[in-house]
Amino acid sequence: MPKKIINVTVNGRAHEEAVEPRTLLVHFLREQLNLTGAHIGCETSHCGACTVDIDGRSVKSCTHLAVQCDGAEVLTVEGLANAGVLHAVQEGFYKEHGLQCGFCTPGMLVRSYRLLIDNPNPSEEEIRAGISGNLCRCTGYQNIVKAIQYAAKKLREPQSAAA
Amino acid sequence: MIPPAFDYHAPRSVSEAVGLLGSLGADAKLLAGGHSLLPMMKLRFAQPAHLIDLNRIAELRGICEDGGDVVIGAMTVENDLIGNAILQAKVPLLAEAPKLIADPQVRNRGTIGGDIAHGDPANDHPALSLAVDATFVLQGPKGTRQVKAGDFYLATYMTALAEDEILVGIRVPAFAAGTGWAYEKLKRKTGDWATAGAAVVLRMAGGNVTHARIALTNVAPTALRATDAENALIGQPLSDATVDAAAQAARAICDPAEDLRGDRDYKTAMAGHMVKRAIRAAAARCR
Repeated sequence: MPKKIINVTVNGRAHEEAVEPRTLLVHFLREQLNLTGAHIGCETSHCGACTVDIDGRSVKSCTHLAVQCDGAEVLTVEGLANAGVLHAVQEGFYKEHGLQCGFCTPGMLVRSYRLLIDNPNPSEEEIRAGISGNLCRCTGYQNIVKAIQYAAKKLREPQSAAA
Repeated sequence: MIPPAFDYHAPRSVSEAVGLLGSLGADAKLLAGGHSLLPMMKLRFAQPAHLIDLNRIAELRGICEDGGDVVIGAMTVENDLIGNAILQAKVPLLAEAPKLIADPQVRNRGTIGGDIAHGDPANDHPALSLAVDATFVLQGPKGTRQVKAGDFYLATYMTALAEDEILVGIRVPAFAAGTGWAYEKLKRKTGDWATAGAAVVLRMAGGNVTHARIALTNVAPTALRATDAENALIGQPLSDATVDAAAQAARAICDPAEDLRGDRDYKTAMAGHMVKRAIRAAAARCR
């Protein structure tokens, strides 16, 4: 099948790439752009390890075609840190031990990032509902919730808001 | 898992999409949110030669009022139904129930129209549409026609939508003042389909039920309207006896497929419980 040319901005960088229509976004990111942060987990839109942000919304990149991203802005976990400084959600997962094996972490981080933009002061219940599309098989979620609470608190501090 | 090869089309208008559907014929499938179609393509249950992506058609998104109806664009995603001000005011069931569908990421892609048109009895909008007495607006080469939700579902994955038509909108009459409503869905985990689900829309006056619509999710080859269950309530006060009678009537029409969610008896029993819960919850919202 002939390839299609797409223009897509990923983590602030513009790309013009040729993609087969059937190429899934997660494969495009990992294999064509060498951004291996988004993980291929269940491939059935259940586990959330492949979560990325497309035009300001969390999406599972295993169930989205790369060709559909023409003109879109995509954020992956690689785009969270700024000049080597961890984003508050990354710092939270580090400080609160929000991971063991780390497989779910890129998806958890990108989802948490968007959750805290949509709802800067979430209750524990809202956090758990917000990450209900991301499965972790190691930590039992308790420390992930704490990590997101840590990040929420840090992001609400005035100096962080300005950063 | 990578889908089989296909050619990709991204029309910008409904008329362009209808034209493509007409010229590409049976080899083409419409792509809405993709959370049913793409998994089916990965598994080779579907192998369309062409995908017509509806995501770039702006006129298919959004929610507006038209006279006494609310009109929902077929490509409106679930997360945009949740908490929508018009739906909250006019058809609050549709602003609340999508919270029980899939998960936050999937709700950013999954659309009300895709959920309706796929014809899967496990989807939630078919029963919700029956409960709110929705009408589906279908557009084809000869123009548009309207089909009631009650006339739309023929069998599993089979609907009244013709091969050359696109579901473009969902018309829902605004609830009368004082209407109560509920959707109860038993599921094993976030993202799972219903073991059984029940949607109820209820009105009461002077202690008696004056209006009831009850519909069931995933307990038969299609979503079901439980007319006998409605009739068990109408004109009656809500009591344990009348609610039990409605649940009994709902169980009587269940014809579920056994799967990992349970056997036929269990699913039928759970459908009865969901009906009872939804009636009680809807009644608590009646004014």
